[in-house]
Amino acid sequence: MSESSPHENFKVIGTRPIRPDGVDKVTGRALYGADYALPGMLHGCVLRSPYAHARIKSINIAKALKHPGVKAIVTAEDFPVVKGVMAQVGELIVNTHYLSLNIMAREKVLYDGHAIAAVAATSRHIAQEAVELIEVEYEVLEPVMTAEDAMKPGAPILLEEVRTKLMEHRTDPGSQEGPDRPSNVPGHIRFERGDLVAGFRGADFIVEREFSTATVHQGYIEPQNALALWSADGHVTIYCSTQGSFNVRTLTASVLCIPEGSIRVVPAEIGGGFGGKTTVYLEPVAALLSKKSGRPVKMVMTRAEVLRATGPTSGTKMKVKMGATRDGKITAAEVWLAYEAGAFPGSPFAPGAMCTLGPYVVENLRIDSFDVVVNRPKVAAYRAPGSPASAFACETVIDELAEKCGIDPLEFRLRNGAHEGTPQPAGPAFKKIGFVETVEAIRDSEHYRSKIDGPNRGRGVASGFWFNGGLQSSATVNIHTDGTVSVVTGSVDIGGTRAVQAMIAAEVLGVAVEDVRALVADTDSTGHTDVTGGSRIALATGMAVYEAAHDALTQLKTRAAKLWEKKPHEVAFSDGAFTAIGNGVPPLTLKQLATRLARTGGPVTGRATLNAGAVGAVGNAFATVCVDVEVDPDTGKVRILRCTIAQDVGRALHPSYVEGQMQGAMAQGIGWALSEEYFYDQKGVLRNSGLLDYRMPTCLDLPMIEALIVEVANPNHPLGVRGVGEVGIVPPMAAVANAIYRAIGVRMTELPMSPPHLLKAILDRRNQAVTQAAAAD
Amino acid sequence: MVKKVIVEATINGDPVELLCEPRQSLLEVLRDELELTGSKEGCLTGDCGACTVIVDSRPVCSCLMLGVEAAGKNITTVEGLATGATLHVLQQKFLEHASLQCGICTPGFLMSAKSLLDHNPTPTEADIRYALAGNLCRCTGYDKIVKAVIDAAKHVADGVGTTHHGKVPRKSASEATRDMLGKGEEVK
Repeated sequence: MSESSPHENFKVIGTRPIRPDGVDKVTGRALYGADYALPGMLHGCVLRSPYAHARIKSINIAKALKHPGVKAIVTAEDFPVVKGVMAQVGELIVNTHYLSLNIMAREKVLYDGHAIAAVAATSRHIAQEAVELIEVEYEVLEPVMTAEDAMKPGAPILLEEVRTKLMEHRTDPGSQEGPDRPSNVPGHIRFERGDLVAGFRGADFIVEREFSTATVHQGYIEPQNALALWSADGHVTIYCSTQGSFNVRTLTASVLCIPEGSIRVVPAEIGGGFGGKTTVYLEPVAALLSKKSGRPVKMVMTRAEVLRATGPTSGTKMKVKMGATRDGKITAAEVWLAYEAGAFPGSPFAPGAMCTLGPYVVENLRIDSFDVVVNRPKVAAYRAPGSPASAFACETVIDELAEKCGIDPLEFRLRNGAHEGTPQPAGPAFKKIGFVETVEAIRDSEHYRSKIDGPNRGRGVASGFWFNGGLQSSATVNIHTDGTVSVVTGSVDIGGTRAVQAMIAAEVLGVAVEDVRALVADTDSTGHTDVTGGSRIALATGMAVYEAAHDALTQLKTRAAKLWEKKPHEVAFSDGAFTAIGNGVPPLTLKQLATRLARTGGPVTGRATLNAGAVGAVGNAFATVCVDVEVDPDTGKVRILRCTIAQDVGRALHPSYVEGQMQGAMAQGIGWALSEEYFYDQKGVLRNSGLLDYRMPTCLDLPMIEALIVEVANPNHPLGVRGVGEVGIVPPMAAVANAIYRAIGVRMTELPMSPPHLLKAILDRRNQAVTQAAAAD
Repeated sequence: MVKKVIVEATINGDPVELLCEPRQSLLEVLRDELELTGSKEGCLTGDCGACTVIVDSRPVCSCLMLGVEAAGKNITTVEGLATGATLHVLQQKFLEHASLQCGICTPGFLMSAKSLLDHNPTPTEADIRYALAGNLCRCTGYDKIVKAVIDAAKHVADGVGTTHHGKVPRKSASEATRDMLGKGEEVK
């Protein structure tokens, strides 16, 4: 790294230029995955299980194959049997055996919507017709739909080979916890320190509560899609919307048992992901259909397929017991968490445990967290995976403790707030963090200082913690002959990151940001780059761009030295111009020097590749939010009157897109809090597989979202940047619950706090009061 | 298979004659037959609004209308919003306010917002939220979208109509955006 400390005199960083891909996106020209087409292209469609849990007795594709226009059909028979290998993908660990089974069911279907077969035909309609002609015989089995039920002794078993294992032993065979018998609990993690008994003994107040949260979906507006061409020479090209083109390559290769190098993935513009597009569903299927038909095959999911069969995030069951002294010091915390993984192991049960209580100093604690398989779609990452649910539980209990202590809930958080050196629940101590600063930003905000009055109105606050992903990135910075610059990375631009990469290069090279073009390259055109996830693009890919721009700058200095017949160290660079130290040659701007590159050795390209570090090691993010609500006590409907989010972003490179991340995360959190929920019937069939009934917030449901940018520089980044994409979704659910309590006196421990759930809680409380009054009489 | 039907319509000002199957939606016809892929498919059930186009001055989810129903109609898609190289004021304001993150919902929002401003050039924030409630955005929390429409409405009300910034201004972009964002805050 060329410079070790952030500096304040930026020219480009901190401004709000228009994003380089903006015009294409407001004119309809930008090509998203479903917008690609190739000559001779076929359309693929998937047959999906109508049952939550069943054995597949037979599949008959004869009739479908005869349907005019059908060119190929694949079932699990066409896929290789994949041995289980654990692969680290973004923040989650993927078992390729289960990945393969999730993509195409073999022997058993494990959730409503599980893929069974796929058809390629000359049109989407014909493929759909053919899918309906495939005959499948099932032996229907009893489904198990919740973590609570799946953990009971005697529960139906989803995967016979699964044994309960402690996290650190999960790859050793025969290291199960307890008896050697099939289990629906493939993972258990425990963090423990101090003395719980003594901690609770020292408490003046103890609060103990149980919580549950519903399965919710990432809800990106663009459904999954893939266009694959398996060429006769064995090369496969895949065009798709993904958060990680290199992930698609690795995972597709592992599922199809072909060399990674035979696949090229071309990332299209992506219509949202939030973690849900870090894995593969259609890509290997489209590739195999292309191999079988000899033609390019495009597949696009319907919304119902997205909701039924792509990763939502875990529903949970949680128990929290926490104690505090009268003056508001947390003395002990005992947390029990169970995360539904869906049909295959791999819920975010570990990060959920690592993040809950992360914002606080807690000397005595025990956190147990379990991964539980149920007959629901396999979960995928969703913005700060695992942290929002466990924060909902702990932040609600903290609010209750603060109330018992008679202390302002923000003050309570400040008295217990984590800072540099505080050990995290998982053990490692935090480096420089800005948690306390986010609480102070809310405390000092006009919003928090304003009065809230009126009946059934209340204000709630909550905080949250999430890691920054480091991981691998590559960047090249090309200096063109006219002095313009192009920045090439492999990081898919999901929310304006091209603008940020262009700004970093412009800042380092002293050129106008409008003179820098930022591009996202395919997997053959750039070095390995991990997913656009883990809040890591401005952070880690930004670090690679920063280093690549410095590499270009070093080369440019050498060229200027050559022109001036000087030594490179005799050339200085500032304010966009090269000068020779010591004598009177006129300075050269980068533009002027660029025209002379041919004579001094040819083009200049700066390069950098790096691993910015493990998730969490490179940085940490905190947010605190404040929400005002009004509750209609007759219907249970909650209206958000005002909301503010304060987040430590390290340094805001492009403040508009930083605010955008905070506002978007807040909106998703409010949807999670109030309206979003999977409804399964008793047979385990999803009853709300459309966006009318899976209810995400519209702009009528939300007010403006005030974003307070807090900047506590990240010591691990040359520009002080922290990841900003995720942590904002962690606090809103608890903040809304706490606001509802202040509004009407009802403590909600179940998400969503939708009208039916909230009304039931209101009525239960009213009936309880009536019963108590009657008993007193 | 049912025979294809010849449909004549005006699309983005041009007379168009096309062949479509009676079962094809207008969205499918636009995207697959006419290669106008700016209108997006998010749900196919009229819930997300990403496919919104303007049909004879009304905003319509093109996934809920059949291609054959387009006969004789005047249809504007996002591809027809700019005038030549000059962006519509809404397009410009969406860029300046950073109203898009992933951008998949943007075409639909632009068309719904255009329809609003065509009918009501001086909308309140509540009018805007009501008019855009049929469009889902999962990235932004709507804040910067609503602010862009408020700002665009001010320009329309001032008689500016469309801006001259067909090309993104090269030097003063960040300053212009910053000034404008300051104004946007005041509207709230």
